[in-house]
Parts: sequence; structure tokens; C-alpha cells
Amino acid sequence: MQRKQNSIKLSALFMLALLFLLMATAAAAALADPSTGITNIFAPASTPAKMVTHLSMFVLAITGIIFVVVFTLLVYSIIKFRGRAVDAGREPAQVYGSTQIELAWTIIPILIVIVLFLATARAIHAVQDAPEPAGAIEVTAIGHQYWWEFRYPKVGVVTANELHIPVSDPANPTPTFLTLLSTDTDHSFWIPELAGKTDLIPNHPNGMWMDPLRTGIFLGQCAQYCGVQHAKMLLRVSVDSTADFAAWVRGQQQPAVQDASVATGRRVFESNACMNCHAVGATAANGRFGPDLTHLMSRVTIASGAATNTPENLRLWIQDPDAIKPGSLMPAMKLSDSELDAVVSYMETLR
Amino acid sequence: MSAMANPFPEAPTTWSLPDRGKVAMAGLIIAESAIFTIFVVAYLFYVGKSLSGPTPSEVLETPILYTICLLSSSLTIHGAAKSLARDRVGAFLGLWLLTIALGGLFLYGTAQEWHRLIYKHGLTISTNLFGTTYYSLVGLHGFHVTAGLVMLLVVAIFALAGRVRMQESRRVEVLAMYWHFVDAVWVVVFTVVYVLGR
Amino acid sequence: MSSSAITIPGVQIEDKPWVDTLHEWVTTVDHKRLGVLYILYALLFLVVAGVEALIIRIQLMFPHNHFVSPQVFNRLFTMHGTTMVFFMGMPILFGFANYLVPLMIGARDMAFPRLNAFSFWLSALGGFLFYFSLVGANGLYGAGNAPDVGWWAYAPLTARAFSAGHSTDYWALALLVSGFGSIGTAINIIATILCMRCPGMKLSRMPLLAWLNLVMSGMVLISVSPLTAAQIMLVIDRYLGGHFFDTQAGGSAMLWMHFFWIFGHPEVYILIIPCFAFMSEIIPVFSRKPIFGYPVMVAATVCIGFVSMSVWAHHMFSVGMNSYANSFFTITTMAVGVPTGIKIFNWLGTMWGGRIQFKVPMLFSIGFLFQFLIAGLTGVMLGSAAFASQLTLSYFVVAHFHYTLVGGVVFGVFAAIYYWYPKITGRMLNETLGKWHFWLFVIGFHLTFDLMHIPGLLGMPRRIYTYEPGRGWDTLNLIISIGAFIQAIAILAFVANLIISYLKGAKAGNDPWDAWTLEWSISSPPPPYNFATVPTVASRRPLWDLKRPEDPDSRYE
Repeated sequence: MQRKQNSIKLSALFMLALLFLLMATAAAAALADPSTGITNIFAPASTPAKMVTHLSMFVLAITGIIFVVVFTLLVYSIIKFRGRAVDAGREPAQVYGSTQIELAWTIIPILIVIVLFLATARAIHAVQDAPEPAGAIEVTAIGHQYWWEFRYPKVGVVTANELHIPVSDPANPTPTFLTLLSTDTDHSFWIPELAGKTDLIPNHPNGMWMDPLRTGIFLGQCAQYCGVQHAKMLLRVSVDSTADFAAWVRGQQQPAVQDASVATGRRVFESNACMNCHAVGATAANGRFGPDLTHLMSRVTIASGAATNTPENLRLWIQDPDAIKPGSLMPAMKLSDSELDAVVSYMETLR
Repeated sequence: MSAMANPFPEAPTTWSLPDRGKVAMAGLIIAESAIFTIFVVAYLFYVGKSLSGPTPSEVLETPILYTICLLSSSLTIHGAAKSLARDRVGAFLGLWLLTIALGGLFLYGTAQEWHRLIYKHGLTISTNLFGTTYYSLVGLHGFHVTAGLVMLLVVAIFALAGRVRMQESRRVEVLAMYWHFVDAVWVVVFTVVYVLGR
Repeated sequence: MSSSAITIPGVQIEDKPWVDTLHEWVTTVDHKRLGVLYILYALLFLVVAGVEALIIRIQLMFPHNHFVSPQVFNRLFTMHGTTMVFFMGMPILFGFANYLVPLMIGARDMAFPRLNAFSFWLSALGGFLFYFSLVGANGLYGAGNAPDVGWWAYAPLTARAFSAGHSTDYWALALLVSGFGSIGTAINIIATILCMRCPGMKLSRMPLLAWLNLVMSGMVLISVSPLTAAQIMLVIDRYLGGHFFDTQAGGSAMLWMHFFWIFGHPEVYILIIPCFAFMSEIIPVFSRKPIFGYPVMVAATVCIGFVSMSVWAHHMFSVGMNSYANSFFTITTMAVGVPTGIKIFNWLGTMWGGRIQFKVPMLFSIGFLFQFLIAGLTGVMLGSAAFASQLTLSYFVVAHFHYTLVGGVVFGVFAAIYYWYPKITGRMLNETLGKWHFWLFVIGFHLTFDLMHIPGLLGMPRRIYTYEPGRGWDTLNLIISIGAFIQAIAILAFVANLIISYLKGAKAGNDPWDAWTLEWSISSPPPPYNFATVPTVASRRPLWDLKRPEDPDSRYE
């Protein structure tokens, strides 16, 4: 019996130690430095994300209290009411139930549910039904297998995979309102520190908004299984200062750089099937199946974040997409080495 | 437990439980109702949403005659089951065969309508959302009518061979429950397709 | 297991040729044998799906790992989820229901023994068909046509355009077939419980296991059918050119989601309610007290059955429903937590004031209580639509549902196996090996699934075959994978226990646990006819009344 007592105490201690470890890890994660790539839903940098975090703290507090109470009662009952050798053969008092106790532990949970529901309903409404102010940036995000198309209809910008939006000053808000569409399967737009996720569903336009309250890079990725390369459909949001954002827009609005020294590469691009899928502004290439390449060099990564935008990676990507993103829908064009070099040089001019 | 005295308390004087055939058929009817509900929901959801092709009001003709056939077959099968319970085997057989005939007429009517829709109006299951949902829903019901008719025929064969007597009336009632269900589903399908959906 | 010969004292029974035994088992309509077949079938798939999980965890141990290709990984998680739900969870629970319900209500078999056998073999065919996909068409190299669309198979990914070949068809057809088997068994259980109870066993005197299987079977009838309907629609889309989920023709991808989750959510309650039943039988016996609040337990279960039909879209909080819909599903989801919590409190009330014996079935039951408490609370978090917009589709959800399914269902099933194995086989499972199994499994379980919540909070989505380094997910995934291997070792101990105890375990006798329901009044294993004389009962604990005629329960009920 003593051994059983000790083993029960030991296991309770183990559980508590585990709990502490978990909390410590969570706390460490919460204090994360955003520039390292950590995206913590409890480190919001935008109003909808903040609303959700505030609600989540409330929910966690209540569920935490419930947990502590019930956990304590369970542990207590296991220790206090364990059978002892001296009890062998005698049965304890046979209690069949108690109406008052049943009422108590029915009514209290119902009240807790009502409170949690009201808090949640408020947050849902605040996030989903927020009106769009006059100064809002409008972006249309279109999900593809396995990349993101971003269009800014008001300013005539078309880009891919990396979203630039301005920081929003609470005094004079310039939030970004996104319309979410899809050309093929279901996707989901998730930047944890800027907003809860919203899906991109074909034939079902969705909307969401975010108003980043500080500049920086915010990472995320597709959260709805969309096919083979769902895992590498990454997102990169660059929240720029107002001035930097304006400069970026101006850069994106420029027509494609026309550089005569890469004419060979441009010929390779336009005589292979490249131009059937890709568009380069003010050229014959106006395919919509793949990302717009007009300002490819303004992006930090290629293949929706699967590789950094270096000439070596670009060359490998064009030569054999499956080496970087096996199963992606870009075919290997079987170009010769010289064709590859030429095309990469052409791409490198598209700033 | 060997041959000792029964240690359990005395049995209650009356102990009657429901008939398991009827309970099982009720369970099957519940499950089938759930399947039909989903097809009806899909039908209603897609009303007016087809992007092309013939619309219900352009091509549907209300099948009054065949509906009357099917619904009266519920009356005849009810009569047949009642007759068998009273050991009136002749009446049972006559009403049973009439039920089969009426059910067969209903299927013929459906086939005729489908023929007209396909060949005169070019409406198939792949034409548009209306085509898909219409043929699925009416087809699923027609499949259940067919399955029911097969079972009714099997009973008819045994009845003609003289093997169906008052003792079988319980089983016949269970089968009749299924047939009533098929009729009830038709009432719903008819309302959804020919009344609401147009 | 049970000999088909009637035991006559003093008469030698000759050894039967193995072919005859095999034939008996294949053609059996005896609910006990079918129950055992279901359980063995499920345990086989537990191991298969467990191996699939281990491969998944090896791939996720390190970022940018290359243990399996993305194509294989996507097939693995599809197979793992589908197998665990349909070919492990449902069969093992139907197996226990089959074995125990007639015994506990004093019947000699199920209402429809041949339908019972037919339903089992249909379910078995479903499992076989599902795994046949591995060798269908292209053969094992490249895993043939194993489905890779996820166990929830969202449209339009399942359309011909995005899922070429037959992998999705195997998914749809295998589940259609086994779904018919499930509906058949559910009808059988309902008919048995309503029509075959022994004299005196009013519904208010039925063991809770019977009540809960009644509710579960009712739910199967109503919720498996929507999946059947949706799969028929999918097959029509894929083969007859239908447009149910064809977004190019105006169809709706959301419609599939609604239909699937109208099935999918009640399904998880279908999986947990029989485990609630096990808890309601095991905890009283090892606390030496009757279940606290029997009528409330029945009412709460019926309540769960109904309310759980109204919560399904909490699986769709990210798809863009309007704020009223999201609010509606928030309140229904939280509401279903009330009767579930009541059940936990009632089990606590059963243990309270008792004399708890920490045998292995009770150890697993206590583990269940702690884990289901936590799982329920993370469920409340996921039920809050705004909070869920961050949590859904991430590893937080994966952690939550494994907490309910492994921490709840699997622990409950282990408790049931340790508790009823003596009745089924006539031998006790080894306590020491059982304790090793329990502790190793608990440690592995918590290492894996406690920590798994954290990558979700740090933004790691689901269903990804690899991930980027530097997101804070690396170390956590490594430890999670280690925990998975510890669980695997525990399962090895378990399988060893099952086999060794069958051959050499201590003889169990009729009633090794000093329990109170009818199955403990007959021999272990029971004779084919169950009861020589049909019993009559006057209370909820007939054997308590028999053992304590001076103070029977019938006086207090």
C-alpha cells in the first residue's frame, strides 16, 4: 500500500512537472523575437489579431480555472479514497446520486458557457463585421496550386507570393482589406501575428482585413490542404512604412525593364512555353496560370517561399522545379545550359 | 449455471417488448430518410443556381397520374396486409399484385419522363446543376422503388405458391412499412421538385 | 476461444481439426465470435495505422527531412486518419457492443444474427478495399493508388481534374461499403436493446453500456447516412459528369464540407460514447460504488446525442461563414460541453467516497478522466469561433483531437480490453505487463500530445510534409516524434500481454472483478447459448442483489 501511495504521489508530481515544463516553453515562445521567424498567435501586431488574443486570454483563464478545480478534485479523490488492505471485504457507503449536486454542476457550466459565448460573439462581430474605412488598401488575393497571386485593383499592381502593405496608424488608419478568391482548390491565408486565418474557396469569395501596427516581416503559409505542395505554399508579408509602401507601389507600377543585353534570354522565354503561364508586363507574355514575373527581382524568395531568390536557385528552379518543390505544377522545360543561363540573365533584369 | 434453482428474482407477470422486425425496419427508414434529406438539401440549395441549360419550369411536367398510382399503392398494400392478418389470403394476393402493378406503372412513368427530358430537351445528369440534382434525387427514389418492387415480387411468388399465410402477416407488415416509406419520400420529392423547385 | 461443444462433466472433448475451427469462425453468426472478429480486425488496423503514424513522425522529426516524398506523406496521413476512424475505432467499438450488449441484457444473441455477420463482413470488405488501393493499378512501387486527399476529402480537390486516377474512388467506395455495414450493426443493436431484454429489465434498469450503445447506434443511423449521400454525389461527379461539387459549373465546395461534417462531428461522438459506456461500467466496479447519478448519465448522453448534431460547422470556422453562423455554432459547441462535463463530474462522484482499486482497467480509466478533461477544455477553446480562427487548421487541432481519440477512445478501449478479456478468453491479462503498458503509453502520449499544442500556437499548419527551420517548431517536433516511439513500445508490451496471457494467463473464473452486471454471472468464456436459464432482474445491479440479498439495490431504486 505504501508503494502504491508513493507511486501515486510520484505520478502526480510528474504531471505537475510536465505542466510546468509546458508552461515554461509556452512562455519562452511568447517572448519570441519576431525577426527570427517565430509567429506566435499570442504576439499580435494587428487589431483583429489583438481582438482574438484578448478573447483567448479570457477563454484560457476560465478554462484554466476549470482545469485546476477539476484536476485537484480528481487527484484528491484518487489519493483520499484509495482502497486500503484493511478495507478488504467491506464495501463503502453505496451512494446513488444527489439532485442538488447534479443541479449545481449543471447550472454553473451553463452560466460559464453563456459568458464565454457572449465574449466570443463580441469578438466575432468586431473582427468579421468591421466596416472598411476610406483610406483602406484593397488587395485581391487569389489562391493557386501552389502560389499566391496578389492584385491591387486601385493602383493597378499585380504581384505574387510576397505581400507589401503599409503600417496602419490608429489615429489615421490605413488597414488592408483583402478579397480572397481561388482558381482551383481550397487554400487558407494565415499570417498568425496579423489575423486569424480565412480560407480561399473557389466560387465563394471571402474577405478579411488587417491593420499592422508596426513595420516588419510577417511570415505565414497556406493552412488548408490544397494538394501535393501545400506545405511549401508560404506567405511573406512585408509591412512597410507609408513612404516605403508608396515607393514599392510606384516600382511595381513601372513597366517591365527592357534591357537589350538580355535579348537572347527574352527570346528563349517567349519561344518556349514560359509565356503561356507567366506574364511580363508590356511584352507578349501574358499567361495567368503562373506568377507574374514583371518585377520578379523585387521579391526575396521564389517558388512561394520554397527558395531564396538567388541566381543559382532561379537556375535550378527553371531547370528542374521538382528539385525544389516536387509535385509543383511548373514543368521542367528541358532547356539547354546556354538557354538556361540566358533566361536567368533575363529574369535577373526584371526588377 | 447448472441445474440449481434459478437464483434470479421472479419474472414480472407481463413482459412484452416491441416486435424486432418493425424496430429494425424503423431504424432502416430513419437511416434512409437521412440519406434522402441530404439529396433534398442539395436539390433545394442549387435551385436557380445553374449557369446554363434548361430550367425546371421549361422542361418539367407534373406527373399527376403516376403519383396517384404510387400513392394508391400504399392503400392497396395496407389493405393487403390487413387481409392477410385476417387470413383472407385471396384478398391479400389480389391487393398485393395490384400494389406491384401500380408500383410498376410509377416506374414506367418515371422512365417515360426521363426519356422525354433526355431526348427532347437534352437534359442529362451532366448538363447543369438542375440536371445533376434532379436525376440524382428522382433516381435515388426510383432505385428504392425498384428494390421494393423486387421484394414485393419475391413475396408474390411465394404467395402464388401458397406459402404465405396468416403466420407471415408480421413479416408482410414490415415490408409494407418500407413501401409506405417509399411513398412518403415521393410526397417530399414531388413537393420539392415539382412544386417548390419551379 | 470459446469451444462450440457443450460442456458435459466427465466427457472428453476431442481436438478438432484446425480447418473446422476456421470454418466455424468464418461462418459464425454468434455475437460473441463476431465481437471477437471485430476486435481482432480493429487491433490489426491499429498496428497498421500506428506504423503509418510512426513514418509520419519520422518525416516530421526535422525540418526539410527527406524520409518520404510529399506524395507518400500525403497518402500516409490520409490512410492513417481514415484507418483509425473507420477500420479501428468503429469496428472495435462495434465489437464490444456485439459481445457485451446481449450478455448484459440477458439475451441469447443479437436480434438478427445473420445481419450481424453480414455487417461484419461488409465492414471487413471496406477495409480490404481501402488497402487494396496500395496495389491497385500501379502496384506497391509508388503506393499504387492509395488515397491522398485527406480523410475529409474536401472538394474540389477530389474532382477528377485535381485527383486523377482512382485513389479517391477507393476512398469513397471503401467507406460506402463499410458504412452500410455500420448501419446494419446499428440497426441490430437498436433492435436487440429494444426487443430482447430479459424479463424485469426495464429501460431504466439497463446497464449504462446498453443505454449508451443505444444512443450511439441512433446517431450512426442519422449521421453515417449523410456521408453515404455525399460519397454517392462524389462518385456521380467523378463518373457521371455530375456537378454537385463542381465549382466551375456553379457548384459549391462548401456543400461538401457541410455534408461531411454533418457526418464527421457526430462520428467523433459515436466514437467516444461507447468509451463513456466503458467508464460507466469500470469505474463503479473499481470504486466499489454504484454509478453516481444513473438517470442523469442517461439524460446527459441523450442530450449529447441531440446537441452534437447541431455543432458541425465548428470544423469550418475558417471558411468564411457570416458572423451569425459562426456565433450559432459557437454556442452549440460550447453547449455540448455541458452534458459532457456532467458525465465527468458523475464519474468523479462515483470515485468519491469509494475504495478505489488500482487494477489496470482502473489505471486506464483514470488516465481517460484526466485526458478527457483537458481535451474537453481545448475543445471549448476551439469552439470559440474567433479564437478558433487562429487555432483551426493548425497542430493545436491535431493535438486536441488526438487527445480525445487517443487519450479518450484508445485509453477507454484499453480499459475495456483489460476488464473484459478475462470474460472473453477465460484468462487474466498479466498485471505487471499491463502496468508497463499503461505507464509507457501515458508517458509517450503526454510527451507527444501535450507538446503538440505548442507548434499550433506558433503557427504550424496541418497536413504539411515538411516545414521551414527557424519557426520555433524544430525541437518540439523532435520530442513529439520520440513520444510516438515510446507509445509504440507500449503497444508492443500490450500485444505481448494479449498473446502470452491467452496461452499462460491465470484462469479467470466467472467473476474475477466482483462486478454486478449479468455477464459476470456466467462462465468465462461464456457458453454459446449465454444463459442456460433466461435471467430476470429487479434492479440495475442484479449480481449485487444476488451477492447481498440482505441489502439489494432493488430496495433503493
